[in-house]
Amino acid sequence: MLASSAPTDTRPGARTRPRAGVGADAARPDGVPKVRGEFGFSSDLWMDRMLWGKTLRSPHVSARIVAVDPSPALAIPGVRAVVTAADVPGRPTYGLEVPDQPVFASDVVRYHGEPVAAVAADHPETARAAARAIEVVYEPVEPVVDAERALDAPPLHPDGNLFRHLVIRHGDLDATGEVVVEGAYEVGMQDQAFMGPESGLAVPSEDGGIDLYVATQWLHVDRDQIAASLGMPAERVRLHLAGVGGAFGGREDVSLQIHLCLLALGTGRPVKMVYSRDESFFGHVHRHPAKMWFRHHATRDGDLVKVEARIVLDGGAYLSSSNAVLSNAACFAPGPYRVPNALIDAYAVRTNNPPCGAMRGFGAVQVCYGHEAQMDKLAAALGMDPVELRLHNALERFDRLVTGQVLTGAVPVRECIRAAVAHPLPPAPTPLDPPMARPGGAGLTADHADVRRGVGVAVSVKNVAYSEGFDDYATARVRLEAGVGGEPVATVVAATAEVGQGFVTVAQQIVREELGVVDVLLAPAGTNDIGSAGSSSASRQTWMSGGAIQLACAAIRRQLIARAAASWGCREDSVEWGAGEVVHEGTGERLGLAALLADGAVEAEHEHHHRPTVPLDADGQGDAHLSVMVAAHRAVVDVDPGLGLVKVVQVTTGQDVGRALNPTQVTGQIEGGIAQGIGLAVMEEIVLDEGRVKNPSFTDYLVPTTLDMPAVAATLVEEPEPDAPYGAKGVGEPPAISSGPAVLAAIRDATGLALSRAPVRPEDIALAGHQA
Amino acid sequence: MTSHDTTRAPGRREELEEEPTDAPAYEVASRYELHVNGAARTVEEAWLGESLLYVLRERLGLSGAKNACEQGECGSCSVLLDDVVVCACCVLAVDAVGSHVETVEGLTRRGVAADIQTALLDAGGVQCGFCTPGFVVAVYDLLRRRPDAGDLEVREALSGNLCRCTGYGRILEAVRAVQEERSRAGV
Repeated sequence: MLASSAPTDTRPGARTRPRAGVGADAARPDGVPKVRGEFGFSSDLWMDRMLWGKTLRSPHVSARIVAVDPSPALAIPGVRAVVTAADVPGRPTYGLEVPDQPVFASDVVRYHGEPVAAVAADHPETARAAARAIEVVYEPVEPVVDAERALDAPPLHPDGNLFRHLVIRHGDLDATGEVVVEGAYEVGMQDQAFMGPESGLAVPSEDGGIDLYVATQWLHVDRDQIAASLGMPAERVRLHLAGVGGAFGGREDVSLQIHLCLLALGTGRPVKMVYSRDESFFGHVHRHPAKMWFRHHATRDGDLVKVEARIVLDGGAYLSSSNAVLSNAACFAPGPYRVPNALIDAYAVRTNNPPCGAMRGFGAVQVCYGHEAQMDKLAAALGMDPVELRLHNALERFDRLVTGQVLTGAVPVRECIRAAVAHPLPPAPTPLDPPMARPGGAGLTADHADVRRGVGVAVSVKNVAYSEGFDDYATARVRLEAGVGGEPVATVVAATAEVGQGFVTVAQQIVREELGVVDVLLAPAGTNDIGSAGSSSASRQTWMSGGAIQLACAAIRRQLIARAAASWGCREDSVEWGAGEVVHEGTGERLGLAALLADGAVEAEHEHHHRPTVPLDADGQGDAHLSVMVAAHRAVVDVDPGLGLVKVVQVTTGQDVGRALNPTQVTGQIEGGIAQGIGLAVMEEIVLDEGRVKNPSFTDYLVPTTLDMPAVAATLVEEPEPDAPYGAKGVGEPPAISSGPAVLAAIRDATGLALSRAPVRPEDIALAGHQA
Repeated sequence: MTSHDTTRAPGRREELEEEPTDAPAYEVASRYELHVNGAARTVEEAWLGESLLYVLRERLGLSGAKNACEQGECGSCSVLLDDVVVCACCVLAVDAVGSHVETVEGLTRRGVAADIQTALLDAGGVQCGFCTPGFVVAVYDLLRRRPDAGDLEVREALSGNLCRCTGYGRILEAVRAVQEERSRAGV
């Protein structure tokens, strides 16, 4: 099934906005089915004779498995299969960087919720009952849940407890400043909390292989991990992207993929699995909790002299992408500032907490809470305005990161800061405001007289795309042919995961721009007939898959020019490409696409690699990053200090986007990212008690609602990126980075409290004076 | 687990006939009728514990209502039950017997939410789209009860519908656009 761009649908809910190329607010090709409730998400899949899968998970944080007896489950009518570690025919483990995570725990469980078995049954309730009926004998073991302690604890895994230790030594390590500020900071564990739960449908095929329809961020890397564990050649494992209900990093790792394939192959029937919300909290990695210490040195004039930092990320029980997250945390620990000397000592550690990995902002978020609190402390120590101090030290083009890398792309830090603070401040709170608008909202708890307002600013920097020498690429194929009535139709084939970000829109815009065609079809994303697109993460797909499509279109133009030159009997360089036609420079003759395509379709495929990067050396030095993205945020909050309640009133931002290919979609990314930033600042945390997850539900894990979200005003700072298609940088992650630290700064401003931990809990404010 | 005299596991009818009957206790209704989107729909051999959401999605082929939390916190499964917005995940399907159920598919077919759907697209209120059908139902309900609702009232009315992609900015913009357009058109 192809998603057509042609807005000929005149039914209710169908849209009629004109088609558009790059830079326009083009409409999403999947928009109409989404508003009508007709879009097929991975949880909507259905097939005749389909079974339902369910996972059994460890109730223990750390335990030895003494015995697993599936027979009580198999005795339940309607139960078709139980699979455990013993049923994994290939590699028993998987993982994004290193396969250190068991498909099913066999001898030990290392975190609360680790999969132990999976069942397939005729009905989801039967499957749930069967999973409960499996008898597992555990011998609980004292868990290690403190990352610092884990460094010295006996190994929790054959690979040891230290995932990575990264030291960045830059400049003169003995340098000191006249003014020194120091602080310790902490960030809690955030969940991606995408709305569409993990889900998929596995269908055994006649060749003994498997077709898996699943919501994921990177089809090919899922396929390779599944094939390894099934002990099957990759080409017999065919992945198809099913509708993805959000991702934010939480779908980078394998969750139910291998379990589903094992159940389908074991029963010979299609098997569907949909995680419940509580299972979703156990089923994917989270944002790393961090403990950080910083010491900033500056001159009396406010020039940063040196940044020292120690960063400990709790990676949980398995590696996932911890090593890459740690690299970002270390590289961007100083923030978007000129820092001539730095010593950054960073650790990612294994514990018995839930595994942590990718989430929007990927390591840059945690350190931003530290470096921005430090910049405010430094400004106070210097008697400088905090915005002025940031402008004074802002990175600019051709400055160096603390990795020694010279920034050759756009680095509009000052422009972003100025844009964020240029937006008008909201009116001051008054006694006439509706009580609902005060801290506590619908609880109607705050009195106007108690409310204190605060304003804070924070700035962030993060890499775009994959770093440290990773061969990062995306593949796309474009076919141009005469459609019905001779009108040219382009079809794009790419395995790029549309996760909500709007890549499908941008893909169509690029083809329209490059080929001058109106109708652009997007083939379903899958692993069958195209190479990898890489992951829909690291804000990279517009640059990477967008670039692959742009370059495939360029190759199509060359083929059409060659056709025209042959037909006119002239040299190819006498033929010019116009919008949707070619022109003979000598004679002025023209040939439209329809005429050029009369001889048949043209097709071109391109594999787009970004400029190579290199690994960091023993001193953490090297050109490890493709480029960086910058954002600045200003937050305004009202606080009721007695109750410890916070109302975020306004967030304004200036964001470095390179060029906005679709301004409405960019605005949507910015507002959505800010919501997740605010969430981490004031309400979102997976609460652990000795490794046990206490709040795996939307009742207890709070994500911002319409009443929590403030007014947002955004300025898109457009300084084209030299290397990137159309000069466009990624836009997804930056809004989720410094928005939260700006909120924390505003709460500090309102309360005068140090508040070194995110999220800020009511007791952190209300009981601050009562703590020893 | 419920324990009643009927002891078959839930499942599709043809499967059940193969099964022994000494299974765990599930009470299965041989047949009941729901009134959905203006039509009578028959449900056969269904476990009585099934939610309205499950029956709509898995037995009646109406997957517009979504399953994001299944505990009434997110609003993704919003449907109208006798003209009142409910979370279909928190209603037992058999409790909906005798009531009129309307889903996003029904609103779409009747065309009564067309301007809301178009406004959501024009304003950029749709990203992954998982929460979107729930918002269409909730906004439809709000604007027919309170066409002139102010910003705070709109926010309160929609605060039971979670969206993780948009930060709500474009969705609220769409609601304002519908209010303005309806007010201009004198609807």
